[in-house]
Amino acid sequence: MLDFKTITTAIDQYLHSIMPEQLALVTECILVALCAVLAYVVFAIVMIFMERKVCAAFQCRLGPMRVGPWGLLQVFADVFKMLIKEIISIDRSDKVLYNLAPYLVVMSSVLTFCCLPFADGFQVLDFNIGVFFIMAASSFGVLGILLAGWSSNNKYSMIGAVRSGAQMISYELSIGLCILVIVVLSGTMQISELVEAQRDGWFIFKGHIPAFIAFIIYLIAGNAETNRAPFDLPEAESELTAGFHTEYSGMHFGFFYVAEFMNLFIVAGIASTLFFGGWAPFYISGFDTFNNIMCYIPGSVWFLGKTFFVIWLLMWVRWTFPRMRIDQVVSLEWKYLLPIGLVNLLIMTICVVMGWIF
Amino acid sequence: MSPTFITLDEFRPRMEELRRSGMDFLRDIIGMDWEADGLGAIYALENSSTKENIQIAVRCANREKPQIPTVCDMWSVAEFYEREVYDFYGIEFSGHPDMRRLFLRNDWVGYPLRKDYDESEAINPIRMESETPEDLQRQTEIEEDEARELFVKQTNKIFGDQYIINIGPQHPATHGVLRFRLALDGEEIRKIDVHCGYIHRGIEKLSEKLTYPQILAFTDRLDYLSAHQNRHALCMCIEKAMGLEVTDRTQYIRTIMDELQRIDSHLLFLSCAAMDLGAITAFIYGFRDREKILDIFEEVTGGRLIQNYNVIGGVQADITPDFAKKVKEYCQYQKKKINEYNDVFTNNTITRKRMIGVGKLSLEDAISYGCTGGTGRASGWACDVRKRHPYALYDKVDFKEIIYTNGDCYDRYLVRLDEILESIHIIEQLIDNIPEGDYKVKTKPIIRIPEGQYSTSVEGSRGEFGVFIESHGDKSPYRIKFRPMGLPLVAAMHKILKGAKIADLIAIGATLDYVIPDIDR
Repeated sequence: MLDFKTITTAIDQYLHSIMPEQLALVTECILVALCAVLAYVVFAIVMIFMERKVCAAFQCRLGPMRVGPWGLLQVFADVFKMLIKEIISIDRSDKVLYNLAPYLVVMSSVLTFCCLPFADGFQVLDFNIGVFFIMAASSFGVLGILLAGWSSNNKYSMIGAVRSGAQMISYELSIGLCILVIVVLSGTMQISELVEAQRDGWFIFKGHIPAFIAFIIYLIAGNAETNRAPFDLPEAESELTAGFHTEYSGMHFGFFYVAEFMNLFIVAGIASTLFFGGWAPFYISGFDTFNNIMCYIPGSVWFLGKTFFVIWLLMWVRWTFPRMRIDQVVSLEWKYLLPIGLVNLLIMTICVVMGWIF
Repeated sequence: MSPTFITLDEFRPRMEELRRSGMDFLRDIIGMDWEADGLGAIYALENSSTKENIQIAVRCANREKPQIPTVCDMWSVAEFYEREVYDFYGIEFSGHPDMRRLFLRNDWVGYPLRKDYDESEAINPIRMESETPEDLQRQTEIEEDEARELFVKQTNKIFGDQYIINIGPQHPATHGVLRFRLALDGEEIRKIDVHCGYIHRGIEKLSEKLTYPQILAFTDRLDYLSAHQNRHALCMCIEKAMGLEVTDRTQYIRTIMDELQRIDSHLLFLSCAAMDLGAITAFIYGFRDREKILDIFEEVTGGRLIQNYNVIGGVQADITPDFAKKVKEYCQYQKKKINEYNDVFTNNTITRKRMIGVGKLSLEDAISYGCTGGTGRASGWACDVRKRHPYALYDKVDFKEIIYTNGDCYDRYLVRLDEILESIHIIEQLIDNIPEGDYKVKTKPIIRIPEGQYSTSVEGSRGEFGVFIESHGDKSPYRIKFRPMGLPLVAAMHKILKGAKIADLIAIGATLDYVIPDIDR
């Protein structure tokens, strides 16, 4: 099985052999940062292309077909267009905050992205409160959105931002509860250990009913966190034209756009880590030959396969559901998802205490 | 039917008496300029239960400051109709709560539909600066040391201190250049002010200088989604005035085309309603199927959106040989596709939550505001012109009038969905029996209408479309008035919006189904 640990250790040893330790550490940090940002961009491009094709398939269309074979180069053309567009400054806007907002959103998204376990040993940030860090890092993205809406000097943006704030802060609670369910089940917060614990069975099977309920709630709340239909009220194009990013152009708009797609990837990635075992292969106890064959598929393939499956689920929802109204969104969270999540956490705790888990 | 003239003094009592006697539907108010006889207005009234019609005309000799008592306390829609008459004729309706111009700019000089209106460009040049809203009052102060005026603040006469937001004129959900000014309290709408006229082209004024066949071209451009019905109405009105009988073949073709156009419009309605609620897939489904009708239109008429098909005495060109086959194929196809819309949109929980109970319009309000078409029928008002005053072949075919009773967004949506099936049913009864014969009756090269007043109405795609012509025997009309289908809907907006949120405004706007060029004309 392809193990990324061998590659990373080799690079680490090589750097240490040619330079002093401090410098080697700095070089490694820079290399890792470059790789992370590069991977971030590559995944964003893949996701945008996927979204357009999936959307087209749902709508009996072909999607982009002109630029490159099957429209493969379409996204590159779009990115190029966005790069050469002018970034317009808005009259009577709060210049500093207005320019800062898109970077805040992207920063939060990149930080969370770095926590994803792509394969065994192939993970940028991994420490003992990993899932805690994910929640903290992902929740300051809403700050960027609020600032964007507030600083744009536009009423549509303002309403979009306020909607977004209400929505994202509400749904973070549900996400936290779902993550807690898994933490209770596994007894650890470190992401690599979470995955390691799933080598002999994914949590969605180990935790059976409460884990499944947590997965469903997580999917709904995750969808709301990423501001996608049916929760796309902050940018409801038929109500607020483009919501909080109405006034942004060029690459500033591009940052919001990319961050939105990557948040979808992150939500799906965390779902696959918490519920489907991350890079851990499919395991059925007793079927040793089967398990061995499964182990030959590299961990990164498992991780990406699971992640893109969850992404596809979310895209399916995105392209078939109409938009909800703000009061419905908020009441869904506070009246239904949150109580269910709390009861679910209790059930999981009882299950773990009584040993009713596989 | 000619209007009954009454004097200004007996106008109010007579109208009150008519209202009490059951004339609850004010079809239209037609502003008139009878030159030497003064300015005036014709009120077209109808009894919504007995279908009885009456036209009342009133005039006042004073051209300088003409005044007519308002009737907007009896028929709510009169508020907008009277503003329109004020805009074009300068007649002030005493007692009207909000006597502002409806279509033209605040700084427009003169009243364009008056016969003595000066059209010279010096008076009304193309103004490059935006108009100052007349409800805004600018307050300035003199700064003492530099002796210049300082802009302090603006107060709003209509909205006061409320948080105002513009929906439109350029907004994805207004389906055109309509502008709502909303006063918001959080997400809730407190007050709405409608601004029309961004696409006002003065079609009625232009028509007074053109010949009848030339005017025909305008009708397609009013409500472009009921191009056939609009043109049908005008052709019918002119034919009736001339005493011209069209052939059976023409009647068949016109009826089928009207119904195809209705399906086309309702499909677009379904798609746009879906898109406004955020269901983009359903939007594409609707447009995919609408394309098939447009293909049929293109083959028969040469046009997809603007078809220019009906002419005085018949239709422009005969139907193509495989028209019947294609239409039948389409009907079969469309019947199956309705289920697809139901699966992806109609029966979706979120759709139902967004539409059921939202934007209710009661039956009384629907009649008082003259909201005909699907909107009226969703509130339980049997207002289909095809049943009320049958024209063309509608008295010979079997179809039922779709009526729902809740008057909310969901019912307005369902009415249209069911009407698609009903239209297919009508087409299927006619398509195999199109008789042989001429598709057009020969007419004189120059068409003149005998002196008098004529009016007809048809069921357009979104309500009653009426044509009123006053002819003085010339080759162009003395006055032509189209009854808009959308203006009553927009007038009722503030009533429907009671307690709604911004998102509801979008759902309500989508299901009211107005088309802006039809409102503005």
